[in-house]
Amino acid sequence: MDHNGNYKNEFGWFADKPKVPKKLFNFKAVFIGVVIFVVLVTSPLWKNLGQIIPGPDPQLNTAAIMKLPEKDRTCVESKEYMRANHMLLLGEWRDEVVRDANRDYVNSKGKKYLASLSNNCMECHSNKSQFCDQCHNYVAVVPNCWGCHWEKEKEKKQVAQSEAK
Amino acid sequence: MDFFKRHFLVPLIAVLGLVALAYIGVKADLTFVFGVVIPYLAVLIFFEGLIFRIISWARSPVPFKIPSTCAQGKSLPWIKRSLADKLDNPENRLQVFGRMALEILTFRSLFRNTRSELQPNQEKPEDSRLIHWSYKWLWLGAIAFHYAFLIVILRHIRFFTQPVPHFVTALAEADGFVQFYIPTVYLTGVLLVVAVTYLLARRLYTPTLRYISLAADYFPLLLIMAIGLSGILMRYFYKVDIAAVKQLAVGLATLRPVVPDGIGVIFYIHLFLVCVLFAYFPFSKLMHAPGVFFSPSRNTAGDNRWKLHVNPWNYPVKFHDYMHQEDDYREAMIEAGLPVEKEK
Repeated sequence: MDHNGNYKNEFGWFADKPKVPKKLFNFKAVFIGVVIFVVLVTSPLWKNLGQIIPGPDPQLNTAAIMKLPEKDRTCVESKEYMRANHMLLLGEWRDEVVRDANRDYVNSKGKKYLASLSNNCMECHSNKSQFCDQCHNYVAVVPNCWGCHWEKEKEKKQVAQSEAK
Repeated sequence: MDFFKRHFLVPLIAVLGLVALAYIGVKADLTFVFGVVIPYLAVLIFFEGLIFRIISWARSPVPFKIPSTCAQGKSLPWIKRSLADKLDNPENRLQVFGRMALEILTFRSLFRNTRSELQPNQEKPEDSRLIHWSYKWLWLGAIAFHYAFLIVILRHIRFFTQPVPHFVTALAEADGFVQFYIPTVYLTGVLLVVAVTYLLARRLYTPTLRYISLAADYFPLLLIMAIGLSGILMRYFYKVDIAAVKQLAVGLATLRPVVPDGIGVIFYIHLFLVCVLFAYFPFSKLMHAPGVFFSPSRNTAGDNRWKLHVNPWNYPVKFHDYMHQEDDYREAMIEAGLPVEKEK
């Protein structure tokens, strides 16, 4: 190293190794950017943080169900199948009924049912707001069944309102 | 194995292996690991890695000011500049903001993408001509992919919040407006898979692109494709109990994890792939998302002519100027009869 602080290696004379300051450049902009990102990503979660959110609670205690003997209180298919697949089954029924006028549904155990949302499903599950809506609202699903199918609950109370809708 | 096979097959096998791993894990009753532990770990790695790399970038100095000057810069007062000029060659912060917004929201620089090709010369058949033309397909694929992915992610907020924010339900309604199939087909879900397929196909189909594509390019594409496909399979074909899925997701979001029974294995595959994507993000090319904000050629104003940019490396240099030289050799210079500034 010479008196100017320059040093020499096998390639010749070089200036001092650059001393890069150890700091965050544009700290303000970087900080604001990171904060905006973290806030945007996490903001939907703040409200419920640490709280216990009750799950859906579909009620099976309608008069029509309670009237049945204990062993006959089953849906057209198993509970697990219905939970995941009821919308597909209803879609199949719709196609069968509308296109082929076939109102019979034979389930996996060989039992025959009437394929109808209003006249079969909702005979037992007449409590739409305590049954259907529980899970639908919970996962923010808006099925278009109710565009045509009559809600028996509403029929009693607020016909005009549902028609206005 | 040749270069291409190595770089394509390894990520492909990796993604299939991840799917198999999740499948085997859930079959071995490790639902708590795959449903709670891995998601928390992945989110932790994502945020920590992201912030770590952002800080390491922020510590790197920009020695030179190198804005790309893609249009008429600010000059003499009688040289007119249109709005496009101002956005492509910004002179101040506001215009830089405009350029960055265009870049981030509309992928401006990809829109300028061109293709070059040698074509036969009609006039001289033994010759060929180099043709350049504007090539928008990459831009279209990229913007379709990114916005579809964004909307898909925003739609998933419905699983983490209760009550679901209004904008999420509105988004889902708009997305499913075709009302085709049960449950309604979301257009962005399909678009995401189509776009990612295009982005993968162009790497496989074009020889020049295949030549420069590495495992790190294929892996995210294959991973996102697997995420999209597993999501579509789960939504439309191999149903899971969606209410139970939401209970798990809400549990994660509220820091009160629960693992409800009876969620199909396809859900855990989907979730595990998403976790891998989150954990992989900070180590990969996917960091172009925060990286675009750190591009000196985009985020600096083209004001080099009237604002001095000081290199942060600059340190006080010891100069040895003429007067020092004269001090060193004054006596010898006087003796040799050379003119000097100072006699003593």
